[in-house]
This record gives sequence, C-alpha cells and structure tokens, in this order.
Amino acid sequence: MSAPSVILETIDVTQRFGGLVANSNVSIKVGRGEILGLIGPNGAGKSTLFNAIAGARIPTSGRILFDGHDITALTAPDRCRLGIARTFQVPRSFDSMSVVENVMVGSFVRASNAREARQLALETLHFVGLGARVEDPAIQLTPPEKRRLEMARALATAPKLLLLDEVMTGLTPSEARLGVELIRKVRESGVTVVMVEHVMEIVMPLVDRAIVLHLGALLAEGKPTEIVRNDAVISAYLGDRHRAA
Amino acid sequence: MTQETQIPAQDLPHDAALTHFAKSRRNQLIRAAVIFAGIALVPLAVRDTYLQNVMILTLLYAAVSQCWNILGGYCGQISLGHALYFGIGAYATSVLYVNYAVLPWFGMALGGVLSAAVALLVGKLTFRLKGHYFAIATIVIAEIGLLLVHNWDYVGGALGIQWPITGDSWATLQFARNKLPYFYFALVFLIVTWLITFKIEDSSWGYGWRAVKDNPEAAESLGIEVFRSKMAAAALSAFFTAVGGGFYAAFVAYIDPESVMSFRFSLLFALPAVLGGIGTLWGATLGAALLIPLTEITRSYLGGSGSGIDLIIYGGLIMLVSLMKPEGLLSLFQFRKGRPA
Ligand SMILES: Nc1ncnc2c1ncn2[C@@H]1O[C@H](COP(=O)(O)OP(=O)(O)OP(=O)(O)O)[C@@H](O)[C@H]1O
Ligand SMILES: [Mg+2]
Repeated sequence: MSAPSVILETIDVTQRFGGLVANSNVSIKVGRGEILGLIGPNGAGKSTLFNAIAGARIPTSGRILFDGHDITALTAPDRCRLGIARTFQVPRSFDSMSVVENVMVGSFVRASNAREARQLALETLHFVGLGARVEDPAIQLTPPEKRRLEMARALATAPKLLLLDEVMTGLTPSEARLGVELIRKVRESGVTVVMVEHVMEIVMPLVDRAIVLHLGALLAEGKPTEIVRNDAVISAYLGDRHRAA
Repeated sequence: MTQETQIPAQDLPHDAALTHFAKSRRNQLIRAAVIFAGIALVPLAVRDTYLQNVMILTLLYAAVSQCWNILGGYCGQISLGHALYFGIGAYATSVLYVNYAVLPWFGMALGGVLSAAVALLVGKLTFRLKGHYFAIATIVIAEIGLLLVHNWDYVGGALGIQWPITGDSWATLQFARNKLPYFYFALVFLIVTWLITFKIEDSSWGYGWRAVKDNPEAAESLGIEVFRSKMAAAALSAFFTAVGGGFYAAFVAYIDPESVMSFRFSLLFALPAVLGGIGTLWGATLGAALLIPLTEITRSYLGGSGSGIDLIIYGGLIMLVSLMKPEGLLSLFQFRKGRPA
C-alpha cells in the first residue's frame, strides 16, 4: 500500500457569502501523518475552510482532493466514511444521549452491530480520558469535557484526517497540557491532524507546520519558527498577541 | 490496517461495562413481560363491555402513539398529520374487505405498505422544512387527504364504509358480542410496536435517529445520512400506524372520513407519547393509559366529538406538559432507558 504523502489538497477553494469572501482561492496541502496548525485572526475563514473540507458546505468554487479521491461534490457523511472527521468550534453534543451513546453514533460507521459499536466507543472514551463519564448524560459535561467528547466521537469513526476547531479554547493550563498530549497520541496512532487554535503557546510547539489565513486568503505557511518571525504574519495577527502574551 | 489495533491496549477490555449494559437490557425485557402479562389479566376482572371498549381503545392509542414516537420521539420529526396514515390503513382494509372480500389481515398489511409509500412522498416534500414548519406542513397534508376522501365516491365519500354483519371469526376480525379478541389483538399490537422500539433503541438506526433529532449537522459529520434516516423513520412509523387504522376499522365495523382521519386523531396519536415521555420506551403507553380513558369518559358525558371541547383540553395538556415537564411524566419515575436506574 503505497500512500501518497499528501493526504489532503484544496485547490483554489473560494467561499462567498453574498458580498463577503470568506475563503478566497485557498490552496493548501496537508501531508500524511503531520499535525498542521491553521491560524489567523477572527473571521479569517478558518472554520469556513473546515466546513469546505468536511463537506458541511460545498464551496462556491475550487476543488478538494482527499486520499486519492476528488471529494469536491461528496456529502459530509460520504466524506466521513472516506476518513475525514471533525469537531465543531461550538460543541454540538447530542444532549438527549449519554456520553457513550454520543460516541456510538460515530463508531457505527465501522461497527457491524451495537455491541461492537459500544465496545469501540468505550475504548475511544478511555483513549481521550473520559472513561469515568461514559454513562453520564452528555448534557452534564463541562465545556472542556464536551470538547473531549467531540474528539472521541470523531475518533470513533476511525478517521485518517481529523479536523480540530479550537478544541483548546477555555481550557486551564493543566487541561491544555493534557489536550496537547492527547493530540500527540492521536497522531501517533496514525491520524493526520489539522487544528485551528488561537493560543500560540499551545499551537506552535505542537504543530509540524502552520498555515496562516487572513481575510479569507492564504497569508503564509511554514515551520512554526518561520511563521512567528514572518513580518506579514506579525503585523496581521501575531503582533498584538505576542505583546499581550 | 484498522484504528482499533492502534489504540493502546492499556485499558480494560470493557467486558464489565458491556455485560452490565446487556443485563440492563434484559431487565427491561423482563419488566415489560411482567407489565404486559399484568395488562393481559385485566379483562378477566373487568367484565363491563363499556370499560373493555375503553381498554381496547387505550391499547390501540398506546400502540399508534408508540409508532408516532418512532418518528416524533426518536427522530425528532413532530408530525401532526398521522391521521393520514391511520386513515389510509382504515380505508385500505375496509375497501379491500367490503368490495373485494380480501381478509383484513392482508388489508392491514397492504394498507401499511401504501401508507409507508405515502409517508415517503410526504417526507420528500416536507423533510427539508424545519421545526414548526414541518409540523404545520403535516397538518395541511393530512387535511388535504381528509378532503380527498370526503369527495371520493369510490371509498364511500362522506358516508363512509359499512362492514357487512357476519359471524364471529378471527379470519375476518369480526366479533359482534364478545370484545375480548379485540382486546388481545390490540395488546399484541402494542407489544409488537414496543418490541420494535426496544430493538431500535440499541441499533444503528436508533442512535442515528436520535443524533438527527439532537443535532443534524453533527450527525452528518459522523456519517449519518440525515434525510434518508428521516425517510426510514417515517416509513416505519406510517406502516404500523396504518396497521392500527386497519384494526380500528375492523373493530368499529364502520368508518367515515371524520371518524378516522380528522385532526383530532393526529393529536391523539402524538399526545400520549408527549405526555408520558417523548422518545422513551414507555412514554406512549403511560400517556395513553392516563389520557384515553379520560377522553373517552368526557366524550360520553359531553356527548360526541363535534364540540371541539376535547381539542381545547388536548391543547391545554400539551402546553402544560411542555411548560412543567418537557421530558414527560415518565421522568417522574426516573427509569430512563439505557441508564441504570
Ligand atoms: N454561514 C455564513 N453566512 C454568512 N457569513 C458567514 C457564514 N459563516 C461564516 N461567515 C463569515 O465568514 C467569515 C469567516 O468566518 P469563519 O467562521 O470561517 O472565521 P474563523 O477564521 O473561523 O474565525 P474565528 O477565529 O472567529 O472562529 C466571517 O466574516 C463570518 O462572519
Ligand atoms: Mg472559527
């Protein structure tokens, strides 16, 4: 099985909302097995790009290639079955269900019966550190736990590519450390990770590469060490943050 | 190469949790067997024909509300037009029996298939609509169905269809004096719909439907085909609702448009589940056990159903439940499905 080293490629992806261009000719490549950071100011179009990749919204124009397929016209469930999983910036747990049932929705993608789905869900919940809460109603989870639940749900589908939209937001420093550890573990298990994150102290040490979006367009890409020294990035995004930090 | 081999094996194999869950499922079945056996014994004590009739209707409404609950409770698509499917079952069974001597057993099955097909058509038109718009659309479509039947001479128009008087027989489901066979038919029907719901609860369809109800976007991201899920829930729900309609026609032996397809029925199918606990295993049965005897008794005191007073009562009840106890009365007992009590 010779896998191409690029697992995901967006080609000139453009998303318009009326007069607003949320993504403007965004072309990126994601390498198999890497952790890629997607950063940029509020409203830069990061979540919009995630929606395009995961199939939540078909972009106005452009193409998306994933793992040897042209997935531009595929629906979100189809893309999930091909191996793309995601979390949402605002957690969307299934609040009438228990924690393990939430994750079973994901594991049914590959399980052949309910018992197997439950087993896979339990394994995944232990993997993300929610093993103690499996029977609790999802609605009772704290916000950081809900983000873990979303990760568990996504991981339960056995993705090749995992899109994480601000999963570290609102975490205490010690929770964030656990989160970083978890994302490393996910990558070690063979999953490619693209993560949107605002907290530079978290993203930069964790990612192999970063891509910066600004006003919907690609502003820069490179190693974290290059990105933090990039003048355009500093003036558009990092400047205030670095001073604040 | 699959994912599960890559997850570190440091954790327990979860056999204990799986066994615990299997045991709680088994306990639910045992509890159900006890409850249904208890219900089966009631007519041995209650001989009064009027009360037996009320019990038959209670079981029938419980079963049909259980069917409604599949689409409304589990999949979250609040239909207020299920009288259409009930009517299709009643009319298909009646027309086939009275005009073509097809036994009601086949009539109910054919009515079910026809009803499921209509539900798919209705779904195609309405499932893109959200929340209240969906509910309103189902009301309108059911009212259109009622109007069509009213003006369709082939099915008896406004006059309806009278079943011929024959001897008592299980083949034709006609029992003139002793109503007990209807009671046990209705009970078995309720048990069947309960078992289907029970099976669905721990299946990929069940989890998928609840995901669709709670958050369609998240469901889609996890591989659920939202539209197809709704269509499947609608077809299953409509099929068994029509079986209930066919049974009702055999039971009363005379149907007209108002007596099987009026809006009142749509409300009476939704209400027990909403009252008892929407999207739960026992909600519909509990709700029907409280509501149907009440409506039947008030009906016989207030006389007829034309007054509309009963509709006001139902509307009031819906508002009361949604304000005071949105999870339904069952939540008072705290034995929610899937969770150890
Ligand atoms: N469904 C939509 N309809 C209209 N405009 C939208 C929609 N979704 C996003 N936008 C707009 O597109 C732009 C990009 O939004 P997006 O959510 O992708 O930003 P982001 O980079 O994720 O920002 P943040 O860091 O705040 O999450 C914003 O101006 C936003 O208001
Ligand atoms: Mg965003």
